[in-house]
Amino acid sequence: MLESILVGAVAGGTCMVYAGLGEVCTERSGVINLGTEGSMLCGALTAYAIGITTGNPWLGVVAGMLAGSALSSVHALLVLERGANQIASGLVVTFLGLGVTALFGQNYVGQGVVPLETWDIPGLSELPFLGPVLFQHDPLTYLAFAAVPLTSWVLWRTRAGLVLRAAGEAPEVLEIYGTSARKVRWITVLVGGAMSGLGGAQLSTAATLNWSEGMTVGRGFVAVALVIFAGWKPLNLALGAYLFAGAIAFQLQLQARGWEISRYLLEALPYLLVLVVLALLSRRRIHGGPATLERVFDH
Amino acid sequence: MPRSLRVAAVVCGLALLAGACSSSSDSSSSDTTGGDDDATTVGFIYVGPKDDFGYNQAAYEGSEAMAETVDGVELLQAENVPETAESEQVMQDMIDQGAEIIFATSYGHLEFAQNVAERNPDVTFVHQGGLEGDNQLDNVGTYFGTVYEPVYLAGIAAGESTETDTLGYIYAFPIPQTLANINAFTLGAQSVNPDAEVITISTGSWCDPAVQAEAVASLLDQDVDVISQHQDCTKTIIEATEAAGAMTVGYHYDASELAPEGWVTGSEWDWGPLYSDIVETIQAGEFAESDYNGDFRVGLQTGDNPFVQSPFGTMVSEETIALIEEAKQRFIDGGSPFEGVVKNQDGEVVYDEGEQPTYDEVEQMDFFVEGVTGTIG
Repeated sequence: MLESILVGAVAGGTCMVYAGLGEVCTERSGVINLGTEGSMLCGALTAYAIGITTGNPWLGVVAGMLAGSALSSVHALLVLERGANQIASGLVVTFLGLGVTALFGQNYVGQGVVPLETWDIPGLSELPFLGPVLFQHDPLTYLAFAAVPLTSWVLWRTRAGLVLRAAGEAPEVLEIYGTSARKVRWITVLVGGAMSGLGGAQLSTAATLNWSEGMTVGRGFVAVALVIFAGWKPLNLALGAYLFAGAIAFQLQLQARGWEISRYLLEALPYLLVLVVLALLSRRRIHGGPATLERVFDH
Repeated sequence: MPRSLRVAAVVCGLALLAGACSSSSDSSSSDTTGGDDDATTVGFIYVGPKDDFGYNQAAYEGSEAMAETVDGVELLQAENVPETAESEQVMQDMIDQGAEIIFATSYGHLEFAQNVAERNPDVTFVHQGGLEGDNQLDNVGTYFGTVYEPVYLAGIAAGESTETDTLGYIYAFPIPQTLANINAFTLGAQSVNPDAEVITISTGSWCDPAVQAEAVASLLDQDVDVISQHQDCTKTIIEATEAAGAMTVGYHYDASELAPEGWVTGSEWDWGPLYSDIVETIQAGEFAESDYNGDFRVGLQTGDNPFVQSPFGTMVSEETIALIEEAKQRFIDGGSPFEGVVKNQDGEVVYDEGEQPTYDEVEQMDFFVEGVTGTIG
């Protein structure tokens, strides 16, 4: 049972790892983007549609990233150019993504996509327990394993990461050194959208091989919550995403095993788990987020 | 970015937003076919897109089949009509265009159809899936098919096909129609295979493909080798089941092409004959005296069930098909999938020897039968 749950955690968590890593960077630069859910949907549909049209799922994945980025540019325009409220803008962008993908997605419901095949890693995939959990996945799942330390490295070990964090902590100081904080934030919002799009693309072309209206079912919002849960740290975020997906796998396993627990309680379990961990962590941390997060910054 | 460009970009964004918001009303515009002045104009409203590979597509195809069968029919179609007062406007528009009959095909359209019916006594309204209740109007009727009958028959095929005696059923919410389907499926399987058990998993959503994929994996872990479902989107479950070498019993439409190896059978809608009969009855001026002016429920007993069996897979033997035909004949002759003795999960008798629940009782079903694994509350 543990093996199945962990396999489910990795398979189901990948899309939230991508969306969450993008959101970590976006928020580190000072912008909160609740449009993540919408960008995931745009990525999921575009990857699916382009994958079908071209017969090449990788082209679909790239197109999905661009679509996620395109939607997040609406958020960037509203909050960075017009000084709009970030929460309101993000929500509107999500509903925009929901509407647009529902409209354009109608023709793709039920169509077959060329899947991103599972790559069994030679040798390692035959290992007992670890093989199925870690080494029998689609390539985007492996890429997510690599993206987590890579994001940490960029954020804390590179000059680009320093500039990115400075945009969120002290934009005025950054400006003194001649770098536009707004420009940095534009880039992170677009990159964050692309990462969400990548998460959505993984969901439609690798995890489910399906497009259907609203198929992310709140995972983009969960990713945003996980960023706070993770204290804006990539590794914690990945753990949170896998934990959340693992909790879903766990409750489905309990149902399949006939445990007589209220199904409503079981379905709430992943969310309850995140809430409990958030509550526990919040006691220790005053505020782990960037100093100017969500503040309207006008330079 | 220059200021003018910024403004242009914001305008584009807002235009996109406006487009998305108005998409539902855009696509609810009607289109007409045919142009005969003496024709009976029949309006159909659908809650979703007419190509959803499910409920709405089945109703749409039924309407097209009806128009081909019945002489002198002109069709008005409207997709994505919400279950709100907006639907009244769409129905009234159709009447203004000459509609004499309105088919309101979604559960939530009933109240609004009744409102429009009161204002338009010369127009006949038929509603799919609802119950008229106390608000009986002379020009309104409701109709539906007994969905659980073909599901029971599919259960027979599943019970014969399984090698592990363990079947899986993935559903969204424990509403009576779903519970009746799961119970019918179980009783059908048990009628040919007393050891058959059904493990249920609730996904808490009509369409969450990621959870569906995980639910399939959880069921396969429990030695399930046949999986059926009651979901809006079905593709992920069928493909994941097929990829694992397990068998599929479909629901809503014929998805056998998604599971060339493991397709057992399924149940799907074929509304054409019933729609034709309703329209012809109204054309003949006999609606008021007919069964359609009330809560009409069509099943194998009353005539052709609009919910029919999908094609059988290669693993279904002639003997099994004969057993299915036998059970079908039993229902045509007045039997029911829920004919007693039926016990609930706790082994308590719900329907006594020979007892049959009425259609109303089935529509309020709130228990799992013996042999089902799952909790309702």
